[in-house]
Amino acid sequence: MITVDHKDFDIAQEYKQLRRTAGDAGAVVIFTGLVRELYQAGLGGETTQSLELEHYPGMTEKSLELIVSRAKARWNVLDARIIHRIGTLLPGDQIVLVGVASAHRHDAFNASQYIMDFLKSEAPFWKKQTTDSGSDWIESKKSDFDALKTWK
Amino acid sequence: MLKIHYFASIREQLNKEEDNFFRPDGVKDVNDLLIYLKTTDPRFSEVYEKTPKMLVAVNQVVASRSSELSDNDEVAFFPPMTGG
Repeated sequence: MITVDHKDFDIAQEYKQLRRTAGDAGAVVIFTGLVRELYQAGLGGETTQSLELEHYPGMTEKSLELIVSRAKARWNVLDARIIHRIGTLLPGDQIVLVGVASAHRHDAFNASQYIMDFLKSEAPFWKKQTTDSGSDWIESKKSDFDALKTWK
Repeated sequence: MLKIHYFASIREQLNKEEDNFFRPDGVKDVNDLLIYLKTTDPRFSEVYEKTPKMLVAVNQVVASRSSELSDNDEVAFFPPMTGG
């Protein structure tokens, strides 16, 4: 299931739900992404006050579904869960959750990493960062594109 | 009617979220549309020059400059994604 929402999420609840929907899972991997205080601080040495998350309604859900279906074609995935938050987030806030349940751990580890890697460069989300000196759009990172080469 | 969406830094610089117009004669693919927008909208031309990595989606799927356009397509212009 895919959710794009302003609301925060509860990992314990998501874990329970994923176990329920996955059936006879032997492994569950849950990744969460958080807002860092020092996000891209190297640029100006300032700390983040807030992040603004924008997305393309419709295309976001479609692209995430496609990523999940590719992961399911590649690994033995019983069920997958993605939550991505939008709107204004503060340092320490949860941004994203990717959960994968499978029979064995390698499938769960690989599929969750694959989903997260492609989410970063294929799902239409954009972050705007506000620091003491103003607001600016975060640039995409070369390392995020390099990460995709792992999955060729 | 073509529906054009602008997102993130592109939306902000253009100071608009979307454009709607009938597909002009001669606009057969994304490249034609880019030429049309750059010619008719100086602000778009400026933003386009400042955004070398501008991406385009047609009907909510990332497309290329040579992707063909039909009358009721939804087109979107945006910078590289930075979610997660």
